[in-house]
Formats: sequence, C-alpha cells, structure tokens
Amino acid sequence: MSKKADAIEREEVVIRFSGDSGDGMQLTGTLFSDTSAFIGNDLSTFPDYPSEIRAPQGTVGGVSGFQVHVGQTAIKTPGDYADILIAMNPAALKATAKWVKEGGTIIIDEDSINERGLQKAGYKTDDPIKEDKLDGYNIIQAPISSLTKEALKDMGLDSKSILRSKNMFALGMVYWIFDRPMKYTESFLENKFKKKPLVIEANKTVLRAGYNYAETMEHMTPSFKISPAKIKKGTYRNINGNIATAWGLIAAAEKAGLELFCGSYPITPATEILQELSARKDLGIKTFQAEDEIAGICTSIGASFAGDLAVTSTSGPGLALKGEAMGLAVMTELPLVIVNVQRGGPSTGLPTKPEQSDLMQALYGRSGESPVVVMAASTPSDCFQYAFEAAKIALEHMTPVILLTDGFIANGSEPWRIPKMSEYPDIKPPIAKAGTKDWQPYARDVEKLARTWAVPGTKGLEHRIGGLEKDELTGSVSHDPINHQKMVNIREEKVQRVSKFIPKLKVEGDEKGDLLVIGWGGTYGYLATAVKQIQDKGKKVSLAHFNYIKPLPVNVKEVFEKFEKIVVCENNLGQFANYLRMTNPEYKYLQYNKVQGLPFTIIELEEHFEKLLEE
Amino acid sequence: MIETQNILTPKDFKSDQEVRWCPGCGDHAILNAIQRALPELGIAKEDFAIISGIGCSSRFPYYMSTYGFHSIHGRASAIASGVKVANPELSVWQITGDGDAMAIGGNHFIHAIRRNIDLNIILFNNEIYGLTKGQYSPTSKFGSVTKTSPYGTVEHPFHPGELVIGAQGKFFARSIDNNLKLCQEIFVEAGKHHGATVVEVLQNCVIYNDKTHAAISDREFKDDRQIVLRHSEPMIFGKNKDKGLILDAEHLKLKVVELGDKYSEKDLLVHNAKEVNPGMHLMLANMQYPEHPVAFGIIRSIDAPTYDGSVAKQVEEVKSKSAIKSVDDLLNSGTTWKV
Repeated sequence: MSKKADAIEREEVVIRFSGDSGDGMQLTGTLFSDTSAFIGNDLSTFPDYPSEIRAPQGTVGGVSGFQVHVGQTAIKTPGDYADILIAMNPAALKATAKWVKEGGTIIIDEDSINERGLQKAGYKTDDPIKEDKLDGYNIIQAPISSLTKEALKDMGLDSKSILRSKNMFALGMVYWIFDRPMKYTESFLENKFKKKPLVIEANKTVLRAGYNYAETMEHMTPSFKISPAKIKKGTYRNINGNIATAWGLIAAAEKAGLELFCGSYPITPATEILQELSARKDLGIKTFQAEDEIAGICTSIGASFAGDLAVTSTSGPGLALKGEAMGLAVMTELPLVIVNVQRGGPSTGLPTKPEQSDLMQALYGRSGESPVVVMAASTPSDCFQYAFEAAKIALEHMTPVILLTDGFIANGSEPWRIPKMSEYPDIKPPIAKAGTKDWQPYARDVEKLARTWAVPGTKGLEHRIGGLEKDELTGSVSHDPINHQKMVNIREEKVQRVSKFIPKLKVEGDEKGDLLVIGWGGTYGYLATAVKQIQDKGKKVSLAHFNYIKPLPVNVKEVFEKFEKIVVCENNLGQFANYLRMTNPEYKYLQYNKVQGLPFTIIELEEHFEKLLEE
Repeated sequence: MIETQNILTPKDFKSDQEVRWCPGCGDHAILNAIQRALPELGIAKEDFAIISGIGCSSRFPYYMSTYGFHSIHGRASAIASGVKVANPELSVWQITGDGDAMAIGGNHFIHAIRRNIDLNIILFNNEIYGLTKGQYSPTSKFGSVTKTSPYGTVEHPFHPGELVIGAQGKFFARSIDNNLKLCQEIFVEAGKHHGATVVEVLQNCVIYNDKTHAAISDREFKDDRQIVLRHSEPMIFGKNKDKGLILDAEHLKLKVVELGDKYSEKDLLVHNAKEVNPGMHLMLANMQYPEHPVAFGIIRSIDAPTYDGSVAKQVEEVKSKSAIKSVDDLLNSGTTWKV
C-alpha cells in the first residue's frame, strides 16, 4: 500500500465529514479518528450536529458535521479550517464549504447534485460550485451513491440499507488519501454487527470500494502522509470531555472510599455524564434520573447528607433551576459537585453549541451571599483531572463546587495517556466519628474552616441542619444579627481559603512580555496554539489560562504585573474580564469576545493579538 | 444497622428545642404520636432521618432528637429520596404539609410515590398556608375565603388519597390530629411497611383555618361521620355501630346503609387493604361528608419492590458480572493502544 511516492508530507491536516444528520457522519469521523490514533497520530475532534435528531433531510439545518485534526505534532484543537471536506450532499456543501481552507479539497457525492437536492439546499442554479465561488478549490465529484449501489447490487439488500452504507465509501476514499489501514474499522464493524453478517459484509465491501475508487482516481485525488506524533510513552485511549468528567468523579469516589451518587435530569450537552455513570453500576455508582433539574440536585443533597460523594450534572438552563437548592447546600455546608456543561444561551438558546456564558451564573446565580467554588476544565481529557479535583475540594472543604465545562470539550475527543490511580492522592473528607466528645455540627477546622460531616447512622451525633441561618457552633437556627454577619463572612472565607490548596497560575511562555493572553475553560486549545504560533515569530506574548476561578490562584497579581498589556479572551461578552476587574482592579483588561456558538479560530486570535502588539 | 437495642421511649426522641407552634395547633399532637410510634419500631435512634420542606409542619425535625434536615419549600420528597437511596438502611421520614407536598412540591411528591421509595411521608393537611399567614392551599375547599381569595376560591381541591393512588401509591392511610391513638398506630404500620407510605393527617390550624375539619371531628358527631377501616373487618361505623357501607353495584359507588331489618353486618363490605386493584381504595379515600363518612385508618397497603431495594440489587448483580472492579480497570477498558 505504500505506493504513494508523491504523497504530500504534512505535519497536520484537518478533515471534515459533513452530511445529513442521518448519514452517519459522527460514526465516520469517529472511525477515522480511532484509526489515526491507533497508528500514532495526535488528534482532536469536534462533532457539530443540529439539535433536531432528524432535521429535514437535505436542508442546511439538518447538516451534521464531524471535524478531526490529526498530526505528528501536539494537536490542541480540532483546527479552524479543513484541508479536506467530504460533503455527502449539496446542503453539506452549502453549510460547510466556508470552513474549507482556500485551495483545499472538497469531495462531494456527485449523485446528490440534482434538482431536488440543490433546491432543498437553497441553491438557485444547477452549479453549486460556481454559485458558491468554489472554483479555486480542488473539487472531486465522486459518484458515491451509485458506486455504493453498484458494489452491493448482488447482496440482496433493500435500497435503504444500501444507501445507508455510503458513508463507508467516503471513509474508504479518505483512508486511501491518508494512507491509513482499514483493519481497525473492519474489526469495529465485525464487532458492532456481530449478529448481522450481511451488514458486516456490505459495509466492508463499500469501504473497500471507496478505497479502490480513490486509488483508481489517483490522478485527481490528493495524497497525504502524516507520520506518527512524538508523544510520551504509555497506554492511550480516546476520550471525550463528558466521559472524562464521569470517570474523574468515579475516581474521586474510589480515592475517598465513598459511594458515588448522581441525581440528574437529561439535558444537552450534559446527558452523557448521567448515561455513563448509569452504566457504571459495576463500580457501585448509584444514579437517579430525577423528575426535573431541581430533584436532580435535591436528591444529591440528600445523598450528601447521608454520606455519599454526591454530584449532579446539567447545562445552563438546568443550573438556573438548581439555584435555590445550591443555596441550601451552601447553608448546610455539605459537599456537592455540580457539573455545568455550558451551551449557548439564554433560555433554550443553542443547545448543541458551546459557549462560556454561564460564568456569572455559576459565581452569583443564587439568593443571598452564596459563595461556592467555581472551576473550569480546559480540554476533553483534563475533564478527568478537574472533575477529580472538584470532588476533592468539595469533600475536604465541605462545600458545593461548580465545575464548568462546555459543549465543545464535552463532545470533543482526544487521545489520552491513561493514568494510574496510584498517581492520584487520597481524598480525606472530615467525617465525624461516633463517640466524638462534645461534637458540634458547625465547629470548624482552623485551616480550611470546613465543618465536620456527621452521617446519619453515626451513634451519638444526631443533629438537625437546614436552610435557615445557623448558629456558628451548634448549627441550631439563629436569627441573631451578629451571628448572621459572622456566618456570611465565614462561608466566604471558607471558599477563599481553598486558594491555599490549589496550584498557582502558570504562564505559558516568558514570565515577562508585551502581551498576556488570558483565557479560562474550554478555549485553551485555541489560545495556546495561537499564542505559540506568535511566540514562534519572536513576539513577547504569553498565555495564562485559568482553571480555578473562585477562588483565584494566589499569584494572579505576580503574573499580571509583568506584562504591558492584558487581553481576556472568552466566548461571552466579557464575564471573566469583569470578574477580574472586580477582584484585581489595578490592571487594564482588554477583551476579545466571540459569541457565535462556535469556538475561536486560531487565525482570528493571531490576527487580533498581532494587532494589539502593534497598537 | 436496623437492630433492637436498649428499649427507647418517647422521651428519647424529644430534642432540646422549644416547640414553637401556636398553642392549640394540631401539630403538637402529631409530634407526640410520632415520638410514641418510633420507639415501637425497634430501630436505633441514629438510624432515623427526618426530612422536611417548608411550612409550619416542616419545623418538625427540630423537635426530634434524630438526624434531621429542614430543607427548602417542596423539595423534601427529593431530598428524602436521595437519603434513602444513598443509605437504604436508614428509616427515612418526610414531614410535609398540603402546600409543601401538593403545590410547590407536587412533582417530587408524585414521583417519590410512583417510584415506591421506602419513605414514610406524613402529610399534615390543614387546607391552608399557615406559615405565610393564611392563603388558600391546593386542598382548600372550593369557595374558601382566605387572604388570597377574599371572594372565595374558584379552584377545585386535591384529595390527597386520590392523588396518591393515582400516582400508583402502595400505601395510603388517614388519621386526624385529635385521635392520637390512631395516629400512633398508623405511624407504626407505615414505619414497618416497605415502600412509600403516605399518611394524611387532618390537622387543625387554630389561627388561619380553625375548625376546617370540625364537621367530622367534633366529639358529638365524629362516630357518625368517620369510619375507621381495619383490614379484613366489615365497614361498620356510627355511635351505636348501626351503619355500614355496601357497594351500589348498579352505580358503582359506595352507599351508606342502616343496620336493622333490611341489612345486617354480613351484608357489609369487608375492608381489604391488600387488594392490588385500586378501585375500592379510591372510592374509600374519596368519601366526603355528608354523603359518606370520611375514611380513616389504613386504606391501602400493598407490597411491591422498592426503588431503593431495586437499585441496590441491580448494583450487586452488575458488580458480580462485570470484569471492571476498579477505576484502573475502567480506564483501561475498551479500545486502548500503546505508544
């Protein structure tokens, strides 16, 4: 198969699969990603799908896409623009051609370019290439549907089943273009359709047909070679942010020696966390699919009172519904992890699109002075680490913790070097023991200000807690004005003291320079890549990316003061910038904001940073 | 951890907090009855958890010396569900009122019942919002004049029994604050039952809805206007035990008859609390004065698998079959590759 003497050697390449939401694009993209990972590339993926399960066929609204960025260097984002687009119909072309690099390759199913298809996609002429001014691109019109039919004509399948496997034809073509083996996909098919040998055979046949077609059409098909990435030795797997979050929570329960309880209500794009935890009964995980978001958090608060590591997962609108109960967890000082997978808002907003606009809600969206720890994960795989940390802080500091992720890192995936649990610290919640003398529900640890956790069933420590203000020691209801002031201060101070137990803010690049780029959460890959590329041009730019938001790391001022300019980049209108203005008012914060339900692009960031450096 | 230990007494369940309900409030009697009932269950004190929402009745946990949680309005069923699933060995009690359970907490209430989580829900029904000083509740009688219905309500009240049975409730009982003995007896049975139990206690609010249950609770009439149902006993009532219930089959409804020439005790219906078909229980729960006596006692009590028990069972089953025994196993499961 190493026939491609003229293959273009590339460090990295971006491929986008695009088709109807029923065309199997997510699977096709995943199979390509897995194969690339197995042969040693680094990669990052981003599924981009409509919120309707089966949006009207053939329309732009129903286009489902999967972008994957593979390379032999460290890959931190799914890439801005695609080198190759596979468009299964005119609607996919219409929706995604603008995301292809100038001069890039577009493979389109020639059979789909007919009057009906063009009309549905909103084309006004019968030549979509000309109409969308794609003349400068390498357009490959491949008869994907008809060749799929041809390949399967003797198999006795109905025409619907035949057309359903056309995604394998496209995948076969892409495998040839990137010189990838088909064996991983073949064994996947054999596994998945174990009981349907005919389906296995059909898919494999079409896959090979696609591969062979690309080879035959060599004269017009580009051919790339991407060597394996130089990455740290170890055992790897692909993981997306939601699974990593679920697993991080399970890991924390194991390290704390507690059972894990998750009360939750399905909501896009967070549902997968509940699904994964539900599947993990083998590790003793208890999940409770509640009647609503409120019951999701309230069952978790009950489980926390009863001594479990309790978590609830949601997305923006659900976080709003949980607000009152979060206040109860603040007042009762019970450990609780609230995972908020952010999506475009307000209201139902853009359920399947990423955004960072719940920061203020996470920080302040409750009645009263209601401090909680707020953290954010920044890549699909580090959701594991931050979910673990969130649980550790909640348990050891006896406080609710909100972990923010977003639809981008939740659904995006990347290879992950599998850690050993022995590398992780034990978690030691302050559980009160039976027979503790003079035990008081609200007596505190002097360092952390955490109260102790007396779990029902513990003899002699029976006590009552609740949402009414607590006496600072006994936890009895208190309406005393001085006590209230004291408790308000203590609850805030308790959260602030977490800063002594978290890592310092790191600077990527020189500690001193002309421009400090600041980001938080899921934008990390884009910011790090853009900053690195400008650094490579010799510019004095560094990145400080935040994972801990409340409390902030202790060395923020030390970092900020060494830069001429600071720019805060976020997928919202400036919520973190405003938070920094409030907490560290002595600096001037420039902003770069994008709220389109899309991640940043590296190109736009670079352009903006360079402009700031020139000003 | 459920075990019989040193015999507990009602005094053991009293907390050091001053009881702050209004003098004459029906809540005092219910508290009393619970404190008498719990020692009868033979459960260690530390294994009780009493969960409440918001409202006058929800102050209840403070007056008990067990583990207690006074939570937020309407959410006690959800919080109690979490407690029970997290630790099925606890005896979990929910104290709630008509507003807390059936207005703001209606959703959680019906789903806790539907799931048959092993909770004991004591529903104080005074047909009014007391803590907020006198607004109508979801059980206020049609036309009730209250602070938010100065011209009378125009909405139809919930009948808690009907709601519970409609939500596939397996255990429903009714008592009244001035019958301490019956309260105590029912609470003990509820505590022993596996699954969600709802005990509606008709309770008088002396300040905002005084005498709302008077028509059936006044000493003078109560024997003729109440029927206390007991499993496998005939449905007989009246000061002189001279009235009973039969089924009017033609109209499919219950009918009150006088015992004497025409009917004798053997013509009366016999209460079967364990009948799975909810039809009769629904008719009994819905009886209203003056057409019928109001039913008290355990109206429905059937056995069914509990949610918490099923969760624990499923965890054990899956655990025994899975190759994944630790987080390390989990992380290395599925497709991995070496670099």
